[in-house]
Amino acid sequence: MTTIGCNCRLIAASVQTTEKEATALLVFPLKEEKREKNITEPSTVSPGYSEDCLTPLRVKPGVRMIHSLFLVNSSGDIFLEKHWKSVVSRSVCDYFFEAQERASEPENVPPVIPTPHHYLISVLRHRIYFVAVIQSEVPPLFVIEFLHRVVDTFQDYFGVCTEAAIKDNVVVVYELLEEMLDNGFPLATESNILKELIKPPTILRTVVNTITGSTNVGEQLPTGQLSVVPWRRTGVKYTNNEAYFDVVEEIDAIIDKSGSTITAEIQGVIDACVKLTGMPDLTLSFMNPRLLDDVSFHPCVRFKRWEAERILSFIPPDGNFRLLSYHVSSQNLVAIPVYVKHNISFREGSSQGRFELTLGPKQTMGKAVEAVLVSSQLPRGVLNANFSASQGTYTFDPVTKMLSWDVGKINPQKLPSLKGSMSLQAGASKPDENPTINIQLKIQQMAISGLKVNRLDMYGEKYKPFKGIKYMTKAGKFQVRT
Amino acid sequence: MQVMQRQAVVMSATGAGEADFGHEPASGGVFSSDYKRHDDLKEMLDSNKESLKLDAMRRIVAMMARGKNASDLFPAVVKNVVSKNLEVKKLVYVYLVRYAEEQQDLALLSISTFQRGLKDPNQLIRASALRVLSSVRVTIIVPIMLLAIKEASSDMSPYVRKTAAHAIPKLYSLDPDQKDALIEVIEKLLTDKTTLVAGSVVMAFEEVCPERIELIHKNYRKLCNLLVDVEEWGQVVIINMLTRYARTQFLNPNISESVLEEGGEKAFYGSDTEDEDDDVDDDDNSERRPYLMDPDHRLLLRNTKPLLQSRNTAVVMAVAQLYFHLAPKAEVGVIAKALVRLLRSHSEVQYVVLQNVATMSIKRRGMFEPYLKNFYIRSTDPTQIKLLKLEVLTNLASETNISIILREFQTYIKSVDRDSVAATIQAIGRCASSIGQVRDTCLTGLVLLLSNRDDLVVAESVVVIKKLLQIQPDKHSDIIKHMAKLIDTIQVPMARASILWLIGEYCEHVPQIAPDVLRKMAKSFTCEDDIVKLQIINLAAKLYLTNSKQTKLLTQYVLNLAKYDQSYDIRDRARFIRQLIVPNSKSGALSKYAKKLFLALKPAPALQSQYTDRDHFQLGSLSHLVNSKAEGYLELPDWPDAAPDPSVRNVELEEVISTSEGRIGLLGDWREVPEWTKRGGREKKTEKKVEKPFYSDSDGDSGPTESADSEPASGSGLENYSGMDSESESDESEESESEEEEDKKKKNEINERKRDKETESDPSIAEGKRGTRKSTERKNASESESEEEEESESESSESESVSEQESESDTQTKRKKTGASCTSRPPAEKPRTVSRETEMRALLDLDDFVSTPPSQVTLISKAPPRSLVSDLEGLSLTPPPLTPAAVCPAFGSLRTYELLHRIRGEGLGAEYCFSRQPFIPDPHMVSVQIQLTNSSDSEAKSIHIQEPKLQSGMRIREFREIDVLPPGEMVTVVMGIDFCDSTQAANFQLSTQTRNFSVSIVPPVGELMTPIFMSENEFKKEQGKLMGMNEIWKRLTVGAECRRELALVQRVTSAANLGQLPCGTKKESVLVARFAGRTVSSGSLVLVSVVLQDDSTAQLTINCERMVIGNMLVKDVLQALSQ
Repeated sequence: MTTIGCNCRLIAASVQTTEKEATALLVFPLKEEKREKNITEPSTVSPGYSEDCLTPLRVKPGVRMIHSLFLVNSSGDIFLEKHWKSVVSRSVCDYFFEAQERASEPENVPPVIPTPHHYLISVLRHRIYFVAVIQSEVPPLFVIEFLHRVVDTFQDYFGVCTEAAIKDNVVVVYELLEEMLDNGFPLATESNILKELIKPPTILRTVVNTITGSTNVGEQLPTGQLSVVPWRRTGVKYTNNEAYFDVVEEIDAIIDKSGSTITAEIQGVIDACVKLTGMPDLTLSFMNPRLLDDVSFHPCVRFKRWEAERILSFIPPDGNFRLLSYHVSSQNLVAIPVYVKHNISFREGSSQGRFELTLGPKQTMGKAVEAVLVSSQLPRGVLNANFSASQGTYTFDPVTKMLSWDVGKINPQKLPSLKGSMSLQAGASKPDENPTINIQLKIQQMAISGLKVNRLDMYGEKYKPFKGIKYMTKAGKFQVRT
Repeated sequence: MQVMQRQAVVMSATGAGEADFGHEPASGGVFSSDYKRHDDLKEMLDSNKESLKLDAMRRIVAMMARGKNASDLFPAVVKNVVSKNLEVKKLVYVYLVRYAEEQQDLALLSISTFQRGLKDPNQLIRASALRVLSSVRVTIIVPIMLLAIKEASSDMSPYVRKTAAHAIPKLYSLDPDQKDALIEVIEKLLTDKTTLVAGSVVMAFEEVCPERIELIHKNYRKLCNLLVDVEEWGQVVIINMLTRYARTQFLNPNISESVLEEGGEKAFYGSDTEDEDDDVDDDDNSERRPYLMDPDHRLLLRNTKPLLQSRNTAVVMAVAQLYFHLAPKAEVGVIAKALVRLLRSHSEVQYVVLQNVATMSIKRRGMFEPYLKNFYIRSTDPTQIKLLKLEVLTNLASETNISIILREFQTYIKSVDRDSVAATIQAIGRCASSIGQVRDTCLTGLVLLLSNRDDLVVAESVVVIKKLLQIQPDKHSDIIKHMAKLIDTIQVPMARASILWLIGEYCEHVPQIAPDVLRKMAKSFTCEDDIVKLQIINLAAKLYLTNSKQTKLLTQYVLNLAKYDQSYDIRDRARFIRQLIVPNSKSGALSKYAKKLFLALKPAPALQSQYTDRDHFQLGSLSHLVNSKAEGYLELPDWPDAAPDPSVRNVELEEVISTSEGRIGLLGDWREVPEWTKRGGREKKTEKKVEKPFYSDSDGDSGPTESADSEPASGSGLENYSGMDSESESDESEESESEEEEDKKKKNEINERKRDKETESDPSIAEGKRGTRKSTERKNASESESEEEEESESESSESESVSEQESESDTQTKRKKTGASCTSRPPAEKPRTVSRETEMRALLDLDDFVSTPPSQVTLISKAPPRSLVSDLEGLSLTPPPLTPAAVCPAFGSLRTYELLHRIRGEGLGAEYCFSRQPFIPDPHMVSVQIQLTNSSDSEAKSIHIQEPKLQSGMRIREFREIDVLPPGEMVTVVMGIDFCDSTQAANFQLSTQTRNFSVSIVPPVGELMTPIFMSENEFKKEQGKLMGMNEIWKRLTVGAECRRELALVQRVTSAANLGQLPCGTKKESVLVARFAGRTVSSGSLVLVSVVLQDDSTAQLTINCERMVIGNMLVKDVLQALSQ
């Protein structure tokens, strides 16, 4: 014990610190009796057998939650690692690489991989695997949700979450990770708090920083964590006070061969971009709140008020956030905006297949269907495709057998169609499998469920904000079986 | 500028690493460069320029990120812990935390800085100092850390306390011997009342001392109440901990059903999408069984339920597992919807959720059945998701939906994805084995697949068919024959082996073919796979035993081939079998039994889900996912046989939780504070006890104590009326008069009590009507909490449970009141206390709605004056959600209809009328008043309802059985029918002890609604929403007698149970009357307006969401007006 003290002194001398800390160290108070305790302790604990006998019930301490994080790119290189507790060797990722090799598709790597001493929980986003190392029991969703939150934060900070962006901003990434987790337990995950702590890099700021030598760590301390509304920054000021709400609905559907709907659902979200000065208190009401069947809220929404009155009342976070996501009750019939006529056939014995596809608008309430994109995985036997599109362009990748057709806007007078022939492997028999057609589309200025925002009111601030609401319908997982 | 900077660096570096500086520091460049020495970095760190230090630190951090060792820089870095530049400081912290463990001695250099930080007046500096101090894993500073944590745990600032909670596990992992000291700190922090601390301290608890469950007792209620406001991650930890806690402290709510298990549960889940239904179900259950949920148990369930709406998937999963493990079966259904919602999330989330759904769907199939379609596979799903969805679909398969599922499976078989095709075939096999009626269909389908071109499909089918045939081999010899033919074409070893095994096993069914197959296989023996070879030997042995004449030589040949095989397994097997079947001198006693050995009847394999029984792991846990116990997993304890003492959770005079520290979010002003947090639980009970006699006295005869002892009551929701019946037995006309007075008195009393409950600040609510209106205006949350509570009590879905809790706690007091005898009595006494409990519940209902039952009964003769009725409304009876509160029904003359003519009923006559009162036990039901008259000369005994034949969705709540109806007497009962907003008749049988009479009740459309109150503006607004198809208007001429407003209103209200809007505008000669209502069952709005023109024409407009109702109503109103 005494040697330690000496060491300290020696080292302190050797590094010749100009700071006062070194002297402070010399008076570093380790009381005599405590030292003694430290000395005696190991003797009671160290013999392995006695420890086991004495405390058989003891759970292995302090190994909960996220231990380390590795970022792996699609070619299997670890390009960033961060440890919150003791260091875990990166060789632990070999188990992950093994699983990666075994998986046919990148998304088929199992999210949870048990290894002899650890568990690897990974998330794939933007072609980067975020691999968290876990040592003991923790709810897997807890880790997965957190990793997604990390990715969201990166995206928020750097605009994109690519390997290059992370490498370019490695220091900010490290600082962020340090703030987000404490000892492996989430600490600050609200983007508003983080932004107060660590300023997002912008081109302007990088230039200014290099000139002035200032930093992108916030000078202020994170007041947000102490606030009663942790999701909102304090002291927000805008010259133009605006609040925009986007009601975006997605139709998930599976359409049968014959054109009948097997399952169809509407999932919607309300994304908000609120730039308001001070502490506004907003209420948003709907014309037809009954439509909303199952909802999940941003934490700012007052749940009881919703329960009682079906009104969204909240103090908004600053900037972009997702206010609400909802599911439209399944009793309501879902309007299917497009129909697909298809005729895909292979003849036995011939090496040709016919392909015909026509799209048409169905229940669009007079709105134009835009940005239509049709994609389909053709059977493996197809060697090449030779089509002609009446509108838009199509591509066919002979390696992945992926056909995609960018249709654009559907003109109801002249329906877009794609016709032509597919050449099959010579001598191969006719493929059994039928390709599924996936459709993406957009309809502006309409929420297909008929949801309408009634009004938006602001309390607590004097000024008059500018308010805007936009509706949009998209195809979610929209599939047509053939 | 940059150039200059770089020059400066180069100069200071004195040529040590010039090449490295071609890159921009702190940019991506550091990744590509490969510098070996860190001398330049050291010098940069030693320099006086902050910017240089910062650059150096950034580079070091980048090195750490790449996993490069930067430990040799430790001395240079650690000095900078005192840097004024915040970013340098932070990066030094990062470095320190990473390397301190390796360089313990040097790390001590920094400690004093942190120690000083701990005393800083700024809470944030205190917190961050503690955070770093505790993160430095240097054993020698353990005492300092402990001291710091202890101090911080009583810091003024909750943020510092939170950091202290975070530091506890860190210290514990560093030195587990500090456990006892740390537990003390945890115990202290657990009592913290702020949301900020709650999550972190529970996390510390879980890591340090999860076995010390007793520490939670005192904080249990607080944690439950704080839960909604805790940050998301803390919520997950708390919920998981409380799940374990509840398992040790409360009784199993499904205890009586666990015997039946799968039995009757399906019916429950059919309707569980609606919360209200749940609670009704729950009521039924608890009345049926001798189980009362601990109010604390209920509190937990209630307070976690809103979190199902969280955006954080981990929180939703945590609540879902809590409900799965703790809730009564009837309530678990609510989680299905939330879990299905998670399926929209990222694929990793889907993966975890589907695993859990797979486990749940085995135990609680009914829960997910309505969401079957959400588990359909899309071609874009990753394979692992597809497999899990197949698993769930298979688990959900039942006789009703199997045809749909099989049709889905058919499309999956055509998928491109081989793995999922194979899994689909297995799934079909499982469906076939579990659902007998589709077995043949599946089998034919699978046989068809045998001609598939894909090897894998065929092989998988063979394997599955083999398993299926084992269930019923006799019927399917043709399939076996067909498969025997396949042996020529199929190449997949597993499939070949399966076919051979099948032929061997059922060689008696295919006596011709089997030897031939063996012949073929003998030929190809040498080039077969091991697994196939083993089966060939097997086949040979079995054939030798059954048909030795034909196959003796073949068997010998095969065994000889096997004798010289490369695999020792096969050689061994051959040797063994030869000894066993070929009789020779040496063979022992065993060969006698060879036939028995080989041709024993083999049990069919149970095709079971791999998720069966996984629920012994806590759902949502890592252990559950990997299906093995992960380190640190805490077993979910079994329910205790007897509940531990619930009083341990009582807290001395706990104040209302300080909202000032909590967030405004979620609950905010709307925080509903359950009663037991306001006062100590015990105190509340005693208070109730005092109140009790007051009510029961005013009710007249049945005081709680007497009835409990004297009447063996059969509990049902309609218990309340029993007392009334006896009252109205005597002379009616006289009775009604006096009763009315009594009513009035009672109501006054109630209003009084009501007013007491509402804070004294607003005494003007005495008038019932105003009370109602007030409640409609209540949107601005600032009302007193108690009123708030009243409101929610009657309207929200949780209401029921509140009253239930009350009743429960009451019964507890009750039990206590009736003396120690009750508690000390052995279980033999139990049933009796139970019936008493139900009685108590009934009485309690009576308390809550004391005013209605009498008016329902006396109605026949005379409706109570309007003011009185509106007084009742002051008690706010279940306004449907979202509405301006319901108002009193308007009373016209009530039309009675005949239910059973006395001649047909052999003396028993019955008439019914729609009393237009809200039906209290279930707000979705129309209350029907039935007057039974016994005009025969013998007693009619046990009159009750039997065998309701209802349209789907319709429900009946029967009246309580009438034991005896003496001759000449008449009795009135009330029953509730949910007509589902249709005019379909409700058919049922009215039974006496001796006879059954089928009768039916047909509701006029006007009775399917209940009046509501709304202002004219609201009316117009709602009307505006219900245009187009929803609007019907008719022009009509009205007779002279209807031209006065009063008459008009009367006509309309007699035709339909609607409420008139307060101010009918009267412009000159135009009379406008508006009526509003809501359908009872679905709560759709019904708006009627009549515009009376000068020239005796009128325009009738009806707006209703339900067009059918609107159409019918138009007819009825027209008829009423033109009479």
